[in-house]
Amino acid sequence: MPVFWLIVIIGLLAAGGYVSGRARALASADGDRRRLHSLPNFYGLNVGLSALVPALLLLILWTLLQPMVIDQRITSIIPDDAIPETSTRGLVMSDVRRVAGGLEGLVNLGVISEEEMSELSASDNDIRQSLAEIGVALGADVRPEVLEAAQSYREWSNRGTMAMTVCVLLVAAAGFVLAYLRTDRNLRARNIVERGILVLLVAAASIAILTTLGIVLSMLFESINFFRQYPAVQFFFGTNWSPNFRGNSDLGILPLLWGTLYISFIALLVAVPIGLMSAIYLSEYAGRRMRAVAKPMIEVLAGIPTIVYGLFALLTVGPLLRDYFAQPLGLGNSSSSVMTAGLVMGVMLIPFVSSLSDDIINAVPQSMRDGSLGLGATKSETIRQVIVPAALPGIVGAVLLAASRAIGETMIVVLGAGAAARLDLNPFEAMTTVTVKIVSQLTGDTNFASPETLVAFALGLTLFVITLALNVLALYIVRRYREQYE
Amino acid sequence: MTDAAHSGSPPRSSILTPDARTRKRNAAEARFKYYGLTAVCLGLLALVVLLVSIAINGAGAFRQTYITLDVPLSAEVLDPEGNRNPADIARVISFGYDALIEDAMEAKMAEAGISIDGLDAGDAADIVSSEASAQVRYFVLANPEEVGTVREFDLLANGRIDAFFKGRVTMASAERDSNVSPEQLRLAEALKEDGALVQRFNWNFITNPDASDQRPEAAGLGVAILGSAYMMLIVLVLALPIGVAASIYLEEFAPKNRFTDIIEVNISNLAAVPSIVFGILGLAIFINWAGLPQSAPIVGGLVLTLMTLPTIIISTRASLKSVPPSIRAAALGVGASKMQSVFHHVLPLAAPGILTGTIIGLAQALGETAPLLLIGMVAFVREFPDAPPDGFFDPASALPVQIYNWTQRADPAFVERASGAIIVLLVFLAIMNTLAIVLRRRFERRW
Repeated sequence: MPVFWLIVIIGLLAAGGYVSGRARALASADGDRRRLHSLPNFYGLNVGLSALVPALLLLILWTLLQPMVIDQRITSIIPDDAIPETSTRGLVMSDVRRVAGGLEGLVNLGVISEEEMSELSASDNDIRQSLAEIGVALGADVRPEVLEAAQSYREWSNRGTMAMTVCVLLVAAAGFVLAYLRTDRNLRARNIVERGILVLLVAAASIAILTTLGIVLSMLFESINFFRQYPAVQFFFGTNWSPNFRGNSDLGILPLLWGTLYISFIALLVAVPIGLMSAIYLSEYAGRRMRAVAKPMIEVLAGIPTIVYGLFALLTVGPLLRDYFAQPLGLGNSSSSVMTAGLVMGVMLIPFVSSLSDDIINAVPQSMRDGSLGLGATKSETIRQVIVPAALPGIVGAVLLAASRAIGETMIVVLGAGAAARLDLNPFEAMTTVTVKIVSQLTGDTNFASPETLVAFALGLTLFVITLALNVLALYIVRRYREQYE
Repeated sequence: MTDAAHSGSPPRSSILTPDARTRKRNAAEARFKYYGLTAVCLGLLALVVLLVSIAINGAGAFRQTYITLDVPLSAEVLDPEGNRNPADIARVISFGYDALIEDAMEAKMAEAGISIDGLDAGDAADIVSSEASAQVRYFVLANPEEVGTVREFDLLANGRIDAFFKGRVTMASAERDSNVSPEQLRLAEALKEDGALVQRFNWNFITNPDASDQRPEAAGLGVAILGSAYMMLIVLVLALPIGVAASIYLEEFAPKNRFTDIIEVNISNLAAVPSIVFGILGLAIFINWAGLPQSAPIVGGLVLTLMTLPTIIISTRASLKSVPPSIRAAALGVGASKMQSVFHHVLPLAAPGILTGTIIGLAQALGETAPLLLIGMVAFVREFPDAPPDGFFDPASALPVQIYNWTQRADPAFVERASGAIIVLLVFLAIMNTLAIVLRRRFERRW
């Protein structure tokens, strides 16, 4: 892998820069480090970082941009009539990429030489076969336009990689030489290095912004594509969800939202009383030893991956509810149901609610407790009439955070809630959620031109907006509450 | 004394005998305490039921039924040319080995004196897994000089036979099952009495790659564990330096301005974004836009890195904050620059806390499933990925996704495998979390 070796070379260059920069600085001060402006290490770091950082940045940018540029070039040389009726430009391009990758493999393995490659023509029937031998299976014979495009694709990307190697090495060497030549005992190396490091720190912190931006943009663009093909009104207010891969689908979000909210509601019904009461018990009643044992054990629940809860719902809770509640009561025959998913999700949320409420209850000043107890109230009266009302905003915030968790939860509902989208009140009926449908629309064969696939991005955006709103509201409430007692 | 005390009637009750209202209040107090205790017990009960049900369902995956047979590696079948040329031997596909196993089974039955009515040789050999012929073939390809000899092999038993000894298949259910017959079960029982059929610990479950729908007995976690390990490596290499750098900036250098406010709000929101949204991000940016390969650990690692970053940043900032300002002041006082005081003094003191937070973040990433589903890690992968760095771009699976994959298959043996895989996953998580706790206990400093 050339990129790997390129990184190794840059790294070596930087290490060499460190050593030589340090040596040059010391030499310029005749070996007396007291005459240097900065510690000798800073001179070394200056040269090393100058060689390393710009080169690495260029490398990252180049690897990201090169495929895009080449794609654009190649896409434009494929003539319109080379695209079959049943296909799209994107699919032809992915064929081109695969053939190009296959040809590269053939050359690397020594099956054909570079000269033979340029003389290949699509009339040679063995292209498909020799590609299949090295693991590139093609659906049909290689058409001449595709082969031609693949060859120039390969040529361009080889040329690009070559250019990248040269440029990156040049930049690294230039950074090295410039910094080395500047090294002198009067150079303020520490200031330069520290400014450089600060820039790196800021860049690392900005990744959070980039991530959010990436999330929003990626979903926004595809959602706009979706709404071009499918009316937004029908998406947001449609009561029917029946995707159909031949087109003419009904993609109304309401049944999915209903399932999501119903399951989250049941989950909160389980998690909030249990979580809140156990937080109260552990912080106000339990002895030191009980707290030392019970609190970490409940928190273990928070460390268990959601796939485990999903399997628990599928294997244990679902059949149990079906055999002992749903069937005897005549409410349904499905082991995956709103109740199953809700109960298990509730268990998952218990530690979340309890540790948040614990923090909040502990933030209530002791003087309020003392005052209430001093007036003769019992402990439970103090809790119900003083502590809980005082902590109420915080508890509401905690519940909202838990609700946002529940709405965004995926694996439990994928395995426990079922796949049927319906608007129903019966909690023993299988229903589905927004997250389940995102998974089902985006796994398997996807075609990023059809509304049935693109709808997943609109669903994701809706989910993101809902959870974001809940989080912002909850954080605002919690922060206001904290300030109140600080 | 106030007037109010005089105006009321004198108290009838004594402090020694509680009146009705006090009793009611005391009862309410006891009730309330009892509710709290119940809630704690319910939480603990849920934990216990969860773990016990997984353990019961999954324990079977670690024991597997094997049949020991003397397989004649006959030269006529395996090396028709008679020249022991590995290339010629490789031309015999697994299918050709079925006859050998059939012969071996026949010989075994004759030797042990087993005869079952209504069971022909082909059906008798079917109690051996269809994976067995591949197993024998790999052995022959690796040792071509053994052709012509008779070798003893421990072959996997068919999944249904395995299920019979684990209690999922019974004589009655075999009557109705087209995949297994009661005669085959009787043969299996006879072989067990003979000692040729044994159940033992199943290392293959941990080391084998996944197997097709028809062969649950051969399915293992090898590729998934390796894929998860690759992703954890990527997360560690990317998330730790970036997270620590971001935290240092925000905690030590950032001025109070709008830019840092935006970063702070972003981080706290990212920590609460549903994980599946990160999957959509990975699909749109890393796969569709940047053109990275599907199902590759590199994409999974990048997505999990973005997901883990907020966790690491939050815990790193907490441990940086817990280093007392006197340390910084002392360093600055003897002439260190701000940067030197942070990197030489504050960071080393905060290191145990940072490490603990990183391990907990990694544990979280290890168990994450939803985003990986969207970037194509559900694909069926039998080949082990290469060694890094090339292997990062090869298709691989991941532990939690493999579990999900197995739950979607028809044969109940895969459910057992899924629960077994969960046990493996939980063991990894337990080790990581224990490590985090030990580190915290060992190095935590109270100031």
